[in-house]
Amino acid sequence: MTELAEHTTQHAPPAPPRTGFKRLLGPGWLRAAWMTPLFFGIGFGIVVGLRALAGWDPVLDWLIIVTVGALTAAPLGFLAGIGAFDYWTRYALGRPTQPEDHSSHGARSWSDYFRVNTDHKVIGIQYVVTTIFFFLAGGLMAMIFRAELAKPGMQFLDNQEYNGLISVHASLMIFLFVIPAFAGLANFVIPLMIGAPDMAFPRLNALSYWLLPIAGIMMLSSIAVPGGAFGAGWTGYAPLSVVGTDGNVWFNMGVQWAGASSIMTALNFLVTIITMRAPGMTFWRMPLLVWANFTTSLLVVIATPFIAGSQFFVMFDRLMHTHFFDFHNGGYVLGYQHVFWFYSHPAVYIMMLPGFGIASEVISVMSRKPIFGYRLMALSLIAILILGFSVWAHHMFVSGMAPWLRVPMMITTLMIAVPTGIKVFSWLATTWEGRLNLVTPMLFALGFVSMFVIGGLSGIMLGAVPIDIHTSDTYFVVAHIHYVLLGGSLFTIFAGIYYWFPKMTGRMYNERLGKLHFWLTFIGFNATFFPMHIIGVQGMPRRVSDYSPQFGTWNMVISLASFFLGASFIVFVYNMIVSWARGERAPANPWRSMTLEWQVSSPPPIFNFDEIPQIVGGPYEYGVEGARHAVFNGDRELEEVRAP
Amino acid sequence: MRRGAIVRLVTIGLLAGLAAAAVAIFIPWLPAQQSREAGRIDFVFWFVVTICIAVFAIVAAVIVYSVVKFRAPPDDDSDGPPIHGHTGIEITWTAVPAALVTAIAIVSAVALAENGKLKANRLKVDVTAQQFAWHFKYPQYGGFSSDELRLEAGRQVELRLRALDVIHSFWVPEFRQKQDAVPGIETTLPITPTKPGTHTLMCAELCGLGHATMRAPVIVMRKGAFERWARSQQSRSGSAAGASG
Repeated sequence: MTELAEHTTQHAPPAPPRTGFKRLLGPGWLRAAWMTPLFFGIGFGIVVGLRALAGWDPVLDWLIIVTVGALTAAPLGFLAGIGAFDYWTRYALGRPTQPEDHSSHGARSWSDYFRVNTDHKVIGIQYVVTTIFFFLAGGLMAMIFRAELAKPGMQFLDNQEYNGLISVHASLMIFLFVIPAFAGLANFVIPLMIGAPDMAFPRLNALSYWLLPIAGIMMLSSIAVPGGAFGAGWTGYAPLSVVGTDGNVWFNMGVQWAGASSIMTALNFLVTIITMRAPGMTFWRMPLLVWANFTTSLLVVIATPFIAGSQFFVMFDRLMHTHFFDFHNGGYVLGYQHVFWFYSHPAVYIMMLPGFGIASEVISVMSRKPIFGYRLMALSLIAILILGFSVWAHHMFVSGMAPWLRVPMMITTLMIAVPTGIKVFSWLATTWEGRLNLVTPMLFALGFVSMFVIGGLSGIMLGAVPIDIHTSDTYFVVAHIHYVLLGGSLFTIFAGIYYWFPKMTGRMYNERLGKLHFWLTFIGFNATFFPMHIIGVQGMPRRVSDYSPQFGTWNMVISLASFFLGASFIVFVYNMIVSWARGERAPANPWRSMTLEWQVSSPPPIFNFDEIPQIVGGPYEYGVEGARHAVFNGDRELEEVRAP
Repeated sequence: MRRGAIVRLVTIGLLAGLAAAAVAIFIPWLPAQQSREAGRIDFVFWFVVTICIAVFAIVAAVIVYSVVKFRAPPDDDSDGPPIHGHTGIEITWTAVPAALVTAIAIVSAVALAENGKLKANRLKVDVTAQQFAWHFKYPQYGGFSSDELRLEAGRQVELRLRALDVIHSFWVPEFRQKQDAVPGIETTLPITPTKPGTHTLMCAELCGLGHATMRAPVIVMRKGAFERWARSQQSRSGSAAGASG
């Protein structure tokens, strides 16, 4: 209590609003509107100036100008303009820092979501809404190329458009949807769950959010680049990505911005989880979502620099004529794949472990039972974290890498099935003899378990080298990644959104529409992606704009089902918008959950906890007589707990 | 657990397993088996699929049974029994999957080793991939080149793959074997075609705008017919080379 009171006295009175031309100088969209072009101009000047000085021809090399000016400097100008760097700039320049008036903390109106905000709850919602926008954009692209693929032969796309669409679709879904959507949900939930007033570094948190739309717009706008979007797939294998269209540079740089965002958030999570847990919350009392984000963040900070490196190598080969992957000059083509997958395989777990965490929360609460085998659940996350770094070359069984690597990588790959299996079986055991409340989050969580099992089993098949040799780069792989990333990640993201919707918005979503959404998505998903297993094994390669007529029937079925699947998200978007605006007021704890975020009001107070919670037990003690996870100072029970 | 529950659980599991087995059996999954290597790969495929069906059936049975049996009636605010875990069960579901994946790893490693063995009398073909075409050279027959891949039934071929521009991948689904052709290095792939027939070679690695149409015919011939074809190609290219100087 005393700390909080002290904190309150430090609040400075809000600064008077700026008027006249001074409005152009305050942080916000107006300042961003002139600083973005200004920084582009600076980048332009540097490139043109240096080229003129060096006497290089042509002085106006637009690819270089765009890379330096538009893809590097202008985003920095935008961030500076919108106010992401204000505090640090003053600090670095030695000027007196402004007293904190908390005017950039919390949301009082909708416009507060459109500026630099340091409140983790606002940032969490900013993340989730932004990622859903890019999810819908990526989904629409899938609709377009599925329409093209409905029949053999070329319909209305050309090959460049097709390759661009599949590449941008996958990149948006991975870098702008699945990874940041989990980061967004965790942003909202983790500080609340561990009893902290905010993240450890709120300004860094705001910056990591604002990097995200930059990355997304960069990848999207590559479609408008002369020559077409990047078209080497989201994997961007060199040398195709080096010799392909200039749109590849948009991908190379987009990944840098998204990756920087990921790394900053992960560091923030690590420090927050390690240092800001409420008194009494030992590691063995943390909810499994906190465990999941702890392991995920370790994966992110260790692995993400590798993809940043791989994309810089590709870009330097194109722009600076380095020879990383230029085999005419001693470059090593397979080096790209090793570096790329050293990130991108752990990235699979970056896209899955937070989902495991969400599933654990939802299944335990909605089954009204403790999670089965809590410690083994946490330990299996650690096992996946460690094993996850030793399996990357299973993406390269047919790549021509050193043959001896295949069997060791197969063994580690198959071994990952063990901790993953433990998790699946433990979720099942948690439901056993429970009191299952089949509300929308639970439906998505159970849907996740069943679909993820299929994705996991096809993963074991792909892990066995002889099967992989036949199915690598076929639709079987496409089916596998969609069962893992859609049946796994997307379903748990939806479980999380529905589960925490009352906490985020203070309103209940429409349960009937939620259930309808689940069933439409579940059916559409299986009808779209299950047949891909079949055509893959039968011999249809992936990433082809045209295919042998023998696959025509299945492709028509898949395309029709994919439109059905796409339409199912209309129900979701409608439910979210209408419920947020007009839904029934949510109680503090509609799910009767034990974890901390549900012990405060919906939506939570601006600094989360009016008094610091004391953790006295595990987070999942459902059915245990008189068990508490946390008590508050004012609580009478605290006395009872402390009394022998 | 009561006996009735076990009977019901096993029944649902059997039904789920039968449904999955029907999908596996009645849909024609694998293309025709046209190489010796394909036989071993298909064995591993069905070995793993059988294990997968069993695991799927168990999971499906428990989920379906739980959802039907343990569903809380509306307005039921009670909690379930506080079961925190069971060491024996947890050890079991760590050990059994570990044993299963070990079996899969052993079967796979053996099949992989067998499929990689080279025979002394093998045919050698140099395969060159470029955007968006395949070329084949026969060094044992004077090095003539061809735009179609002709092979001899029953005789192993060692393909030596090179790429001139970007990565491509050699794949004939009927042979199962696949190998990337990587610029700057040479990769190899052994295949033993079993029966005469005509197949299509596809590029399986996204290689640019013409990727979908980067195909070439693969013709497997009887021993005598292949020898005649190869000799005639050799003498033709030899005379062409002689004529050109």
